[in-house]
Amino acid sequence: MEKLRNGYLFPEIAMRELEHMKKYPTAKVISLGIGDTTEPIPDVVTSSMANHARRLSTVEGYRGYGAEQGNKALRKAIAETLYGDLPIKDTEIFVSDGSQCDISRLQLLLGSNVTIAVQDPTFPAYIDSSVIIGQTGDFQDETGKYQNIEYMPCRPQNNFFPDLTTTATTDVIFICSPNNPTGHAASRKQLEQLVEFARANGSIIIFDSAYAAYVTDDSPRSIFEIPGAREVAIEISSFSKFAGFTGVRLGWTVVPDELLFSNGFPVIKDFNRIVCTCFNGASSVAQAGGLACLSSDGLMAVQSVVDYYKENAKILGDTFTSLGLDVYGGINAPYAWVHFPGMKSWDVFTELLEKTHIITVPGCGFGPGGEEHIRVSAFGHRECILEASRRLKSLLS
Amino acid sequence: MYSLMSSSPSISSSSSSFVGQTHFDSRNPNARLPTKDSWICKCVSTPPTETTAHMTKVSRNANMAKLKAGYLFPEIARRRSAHMLKYPDAQVISLGIGDTTEPIPEVIISGLAKKAHALSTLEGYSGYGAEQGEKQLRAAIASTYYADLSIEESDIFVSDGAKSDISHLQVMFGSNVTMAVQDPSYPAYVDSSVILGQTGQFQKDVEKYGKIEYMKCNPENGFFPDLSTVSRTDIIFFCSPNNPTGNAATREQLTRLVQFAKDNGSILVYDSGYAMFISDDSPRSIFEIPGAKEVAIEVSSFSKHAGFTGVRLGWTVVPKELLYSDGFPVAKDFNRIVCTTFNVASNISQAGGLACLSPEGLEGMHKVVSFYKENTNIIMETFISLGFSVYGGKNSPYVWVHFPGQSSWDVFSEILGKTHVVTTPGSGFGPAGDGFIRVCAFGHRGNVLEACKRFKQLYK
Repeated sequence: MEKLRNGYLFPEIAMRELEHMKKYPTAKVISLGIGDTTEPIPDVVTSSMANHARRLSTVEGYRGYGAEQGNKALRKAIAETLYGDLPIKDTEIFVSDGSQCDISRLQLLLGSNVTIAVQDPTFPAYIDSSVIIGQTGDFQDETGKYQNIEYMPCRPQNNFFPDLTTTATTDVIFICSPNNPTGHAASRKQLEQLVEFARANGSIIIFDSAYAAYVTDDSPRSIFEIPGAREVAIEISSFSKFAGFTGVRLGWTVVPDELLFSNGFPVIKDFNRIVCTCFNGASSVAQAGGLACLSSDGLMAVQSVVDYYKENAKILGDTFTSLGLDVYGGINAPYAWVHFPGMKSWDVFTELLEKTHIITVPGCGFGPGGEEHIRVSAFGHRECILEASRRLKSLLS
Repeated sequence: MYSLMSSSPSISSSSSSFVGQTHFDSRNPNARLPTKDSWICKCVSTPPTETTAHMTKVSRNANMAKLKAGYLFPEIARRRSAHMLKYPDAQVISLGIGDTTEPIPEVIISGLAKKAHALSTLEGYSGYGAEQGEKQLRAAIASTYYADLSIEESDIFVSDGAKSDISHLQVMFGSNVTMAVQDPSYPAYVDSSVILGQTGQFQKDVEKYGKIEYMKCNPENGFFPDLSTVSRTDIIFFCSPNNPTGNAATREQLTRLVQFAKDNGSILVYDSGYAMFISDDSPRSIFEIPGAKEVAIEVSSFSKHAGFTGVRLGWTVVPKELLYSDGFPVAKDFNRIVCTTFNVASNISQAGGLACLSPEGLEGMHKVVSFYKENTNIIMETFISLGFSVYGGKNSPYVWVHFPGQSSWDVFSEILGKTHVVTTPGSGFGPAGDGFIRVCAFGHRGNVLEACKRFKQLYK
């Protein structure tokens, strides 16, 4: 715990937002910082949750503990609806209360004696959980990195995908695609290279597909679209950004039967043990909502909310582009990754906040590779997105 | 439409054969091949070009390999399912896993349902909540359970239940701490300790993990450890009212425990999940004991008194006064843990929790608890009338029945085989639990009465 440098990134952003609102009590602060969903959850989903709750007040409908791995119908629905033709079994799916929790449970599973590689920049939880579990050395101020973690630079120059020829071997490789924060969705070719790399090095890929619903083109939505991935990869995903479940809390992890430790022991057995011992299942109410999301009406309804955010992303991306800035992401993800060459990202963050009352996230919060960039999230009411665009145009044109 | 349909025809060749192997850690030459948990070798027919299964080069976590078997309660569930398959017509009654059975009071359900519906509205929608929990709920927990104990809302961290909280605490403590547990005790304390690397290997002869201090709790010592024989450890897990023995520690005992922790510079992790089952004036919170705020963390849950076993809601109290040896406040690290490795309990569950703590909610929960307590009385009277030594029950939904000289798994199997009633063998909770059976009082009245009838027939 001592090794952790500061507070976790997102509470820091929240704190700055609060301070700013106190300083300017009449300002209309627009939050495009923390990737928090804003649009209501479709009725078909919330009704299902309310009905499930009501059943809990009846003798016939009351249920206590659920299976720690999740409700069977939901696991099946995830396998059939979201993984379609891919040979993912419902028994390989572990329902959870979200990716942030799953990442930690996976770290508990792996233990302190493994090495990890992360993209740079990256969602901070992979690094912070690694530090907490004892996989890393100390933080080094000069480099902005923790010792013993392999940081894989992801920049415009390398098409936001690590140059695997210069990447050291580690036990575990965290990859998020579509990526938070850069918004880049890895291509099939890139993921094939990654799977080959993991195979050759005996590594385990932990693939975070939380933003798969935002993919617009034919970029893979699951690592398991890549042949051979079942023997090298774990996939984590979430209903947070897909269904607006950021507060409801629901996600899942896929651990294929074929994934084996070096002694041949199946990883899924140990993950099951972790889930049974350190967790007690996601809330049955949330799971009922998840099942509703995966009905045909539910899928249509949640997809239209995703489309709404994607339109927001387009508006923001176009705004920055029209201002002559290099913008990445935004097409396959709800994040725009904007380059401010030669500027420190916390300075840009502060200036944007002070002058336009818009909260963003400074790129260096995601790793040293995020410096000079700002992440702008597309979650917001349309009016706020449009108003933010107006303010940005005034400031930056 | 978001669906991960693959159009690639090469996918089918990627599914390699699943060759089963008995699980052993090749790095530990002393490992037995466990029988309870061995899995079936499954051979799938493969295309001729298929090579042998790929193994990663990632070493299995040695701590996971130390765990001697699966977690206790899934094992009980497995045995129950196997029994039901064997006797499809038998009316199996489950007094094993402490799973609540009675419906949740209407007023609480309304809280849940209202929040769910609100999430469909512009005004009512909320996304990420504060990692420590909703302010209103934290305040309600403080005022309901800790009034006059000077525990503040800011000391309270809402969670999805005690099991998760125990692991959050263990992750926070890290691998370099030593711990003490009651023997017998709720298995999650020991198992999470093993997983975090705090322990040595399991020692078959004594049925204990190395480096854990097991504090025996039996009828001879009134189910409270003889602290004069307990070695110092960094962390002490203590559950009262106790799972599985049902014993509630007295004020005097807890005062001595707090003093012990103080003298040894230890942190007491106090599990008060069953506090609402207390009938007498046994303390309901460790913070009723003066000085506890400087040595104790309290973990609690809505599971058993609100029937939230599936809904998932609990809390942990970490007082500001609790400091590490270098003066760093434990609450700061716990806050970092919940912000980084967790994302708070479901907002719907929290709305339910708030409804639980309304006057009607409290009344409703009280009624359900009374119902289970009446079950407990029925079970206790049954075993007492059959001449057994029976413990717990008064302040807890668990009855701890003594079967001197018998293996608890044998008694478990005999009861299951002859009466179709599932209980929990005491040795599942630790070596000092052998010779005891835990019977839980969560059940429909009819089932509890029927189970007791069957016990009477078996043991008359």
